[in-house]
Amino acid sequence: MKARVVHIASNTFREAVRDRVLYNLIAFALLLSGAAILVGQISIEIEKLVVINLGLTAVSLFGIVIAIFIGIGLVSKEIEKRTLYTVLSRPVRRWEFIVGKFFGLAGTLVVNTFFMAIGVFAALFYVSHKFVRADALILVALYFIILEFLIICSLALLFSSFSSPLLSAVFAFSLFVIGSFAEDLRGFAGMAHGFTRWLVTGAAYLVPNFSAFNVVSSIAHEHPVAGQLIWHNTLYAFFYAAMALSAAVLIFEHRNLK
Amino acid sequence: MPAIEILGLEKTYLVGFWRKRPKCALSPLHLTVEDGEIFGFLGPNGAGKTTTLKLLMGLVFPTSGSARLLGRDWTDPEVKAQIGFLPEQPYFYDHLTAHELLNYYAQLSGVAAKERSRRVESTLQRVGLPDVKGVQLRKFSKGMLQRVGIAQAILHDPKLVFFDEPMSGLDPMGRREVRDLMEQLKHEGKTVFFSTHILSDAEALCDRVAIINKGELRGIGAVADLTSSVQSKVEVTWRGSQVPASIKALAAECHVTGDTVRAIVDETQQDAAIDALRRERLHLIAITPVRTSLEAYFVEKLRRAETMAGTTV
Amino acid sequence: MKQRRKVSIVAGASVVIFLAASAVMLRRTDDLRPQASLEEVLFLSSPKVLKRASLGYDGLLADIYWTRAVQYFGGRHHAGAQSYDLLYPLLDITTHLDPQLVAAYQFGASFLAPPPPDGAGQPERAIQLMEYGVQNNPNDWKLYYDLGFVYYMNLKDYRKAADAFDRGSKVPDAHPFVRLLAAQMAEHAGDFDTARMMWSATYQNSQDRLIRQNAIEHLRALRVDEDVTHLQEAVTRFGERTGRLPANMSELASAERLPGIPVDPDGHPYKLTPEGRVEVRVPDDFPFATKGLPPGYKPPAKFHSQQ
Repeated sequence: MKARVVHIASNTFREAVRDRVLYNLIAFALLLSGAAILVGQISIEIEKLVVINLGLTAVSLFGIVIAIFIGIGLVSKEIEKRTLYTVLSRPVRRWEFIVGKFFGLAGTLVVNTFFMAIGVFAALFYVSHKFVRADALILVALYFIILEFLIICSLALLFSSFSSPLLSAVFAFSLFVIGSFAEDLRGFAGMAHGFTRWLVTGAAYLVPNFSAFNVVSSIAHEHPVAGQLIWHNTLYAFFYAAMALSAAVLIFEHRNLK
Repeated sequence: MPAIEILGLEKTYLVGFWRKRPKCALSPLHLTVEDGEIFGFLGPNGAGKTTTLKLLMGLVFPTSGSARLLGRDWTDPEVKAQIGFLPEQPYFYDHLTAHELLNYYAQLSGVAAKERSRRVESTLQRVGLPDVKGVQLRKFSKGMLQRVGIAQAILHDPKLVFFDEPMSGLDPMGRREVRDLMEQLKHEGKTVFFSTHILSDAEALCDRVAIINKGELRGIGAVADLTSSVQSKVEVTWRGSQVPASIKALAAECHVTGDTVRAIVDETQQDAAIDALRRERLHLIAITPVRTSLEAYFVEKLRRAETMAGTTV
Repeated sequence: MKQRRKVSIVAGASVVIFLAASAVMLRRTDDLRPQASLEEVLFLSSPKVLKRASLGYDGLLADIYWTRAVQYFGGRHHAGAQSYDLLYPLLDITTHLDPQLVAAYQFGASFLAPPPPDGAGQPERAIQLMEYGVQNNPNDWKLYYDLGFVYYMNLKDYRKAADAFDRGSKVPDAHPFVRLLAAQMAEHAGDFDTARMMWSATYQNSQDRLIRQNAIEHLRALRVDEDVTHLQEAVTRFGERTGRLPANMSELASAERLPGIPVDPDGHPYKLTPEGRVEVRVPDDFPFATKGLPPGYKPPAKFHSQQ
């Protein structure tokens, strides 16, 4: 059972890694890190600030795009293109397929992030000529970014389990945007009354909440990150992704594959 | 123990945007396939062949009914280790090579690690793809992909194999090879269930066939029995370009080609036709028995069903 | 089939359990996050840049910043904060993104001007905001009213207040009392009645819960101040007549021929101390009262109250 999940994961990884789209996106991200160096030259004081801000934002945004495209591709496309038929005609459980896909995707994203991060560190070294202790905070920011990716991946899989590639991409991206404003959604809920309040509060907890994950601007100013926050965010990402995956499994279990 | 027992599998879809109307893709189907035979599942496009296969593979859930495969419930995942499936017009992961793909499938089917590469190699040889190492699947032609499809279906040495339109995309050479392969599989004691709309293939290969149209089973039986049930015909050939009125009345078809006429009449009318020619002093060239084909049976069955249902063809 | 049901049940239960767990985690994380620092909340603190960056979705972004302003103030007020540095920037951004968001100006008038902990203590900023408001909404008389209110209540500049009310009264559909207030400013700015009129008007003109609550508290405090003032004057009169202090409130009440013992807005009778001071029974219930407070009384977690 576990072996099959591992095989599906590694196959997913292999397939994703060979997709040329991936390389284009990584190249873009690296380009942006390079551009950050130029932008930073506008003011000597904030060179480093710009490299970190722009670089990490690029990693985050491109990563989300990759997460969504590959995530969608790996399930919706499989269903549309019927590669799934030959897999499910084997002793593979449907839930194993979903879980395996998720881990394959997650692995792909971690590797991507690694390469994109190298770009950021390279740019950083270029402008600062040395690394300081505080730069370790960048690793924390990157870790949080990866946690965001995992959440988005699980959502991409969830939508792929029942809707077309295009719609899944749209939904996943929309939830990413909403998730970035999730705190404001909670604020709206606080100001609402009665049934609306109940509804909006429910929505606020249902959508992913990325506000605690975005530490880019604060680490750019070298504010430390609480150890407990790292732990909390990890748990939140784990719970949320597990929820989305469970829902994906549930839906996929009952889906008629046309 | 029968290899396949279909016990009333039924599939009805709800179509339409607003008020959903039921559309029956498969009426309750009862069918048994014996161990070790090659069974053909025939029908025009949209008849329900693929639906049946998808139901058996667990890709689609039946509205009612059940099935047993190799004596076990069709939803039992373990039974799938003994089953191979080739879907219609298969498509695979673009960026893998054939070796990687088959290795992946072998892993999923539970083939032992040491066995895998040997099996993959030998299967590729068997389907006629000896030199594809390192080539990504996106570079494969349709025919090559079809062969890969067949390869993944037999790779793990299954006892029961399902092929959906196995000949599609292949040139005549390729089709011959696949037919040979299917014969080999039968010799190895496997059961082969394949669906097709090409009757000549079915005629050549199958022990038994079933005919399905518009979701309903129209006929089932051994090929030999079915073809003999249809009246045999003879082809009468004579010189000239005239067709006597009496023959025209008898003949199902008449072809005039240059200086010869060919007419096809029922075997029982053979003498009447010869007499007509003698009366008209036409020169008889030949009388040839026409091998009745499955096609005739097929067409007849379908037409009869249509008229019974009150619709015109 | 049985397999499917088992998987479905486990998956379904997992969805519920994990959703609950994630919600719990979210609330626990709330406690960890530091109070919004300037960099965090206002990554782009220039309204002009933000407007350009908003890609035309000004309205939505304005609503978002408006929500944040309200949450910011409400949260900090609840915790007894003494400063609200971000309130003006947040309202500034909100109103630049959507100059017609009248509620934002009214909120600013109510909570930028008063001194902490009830407000940011920045009346000039409030004026700045209101002027921007009337500039962009010249036909909304309520904004002129709020502007005048700030001058009257927080800056005690009765001439400028009159001027603002005057401008407001010239707006078509202006409520008649605005003209009245303009006139009142001249002679009777310091009267209880004027103040009461102002707070009632504020209450009636706003839909915002916080603003209304604030207005009610002020009206209650006004009542106490007024009652205590009158009662204290009565004590003085009593002393002048009889040469001594009243023994208790009932004696004073009958001397003044009052229908009964005077009570505060909560229905509690006013106290008369042996030293002759009129006091309210539960000062904590009237956070804005300036009279009737026991000597040395310190309001809970607040050090200043206003009229």
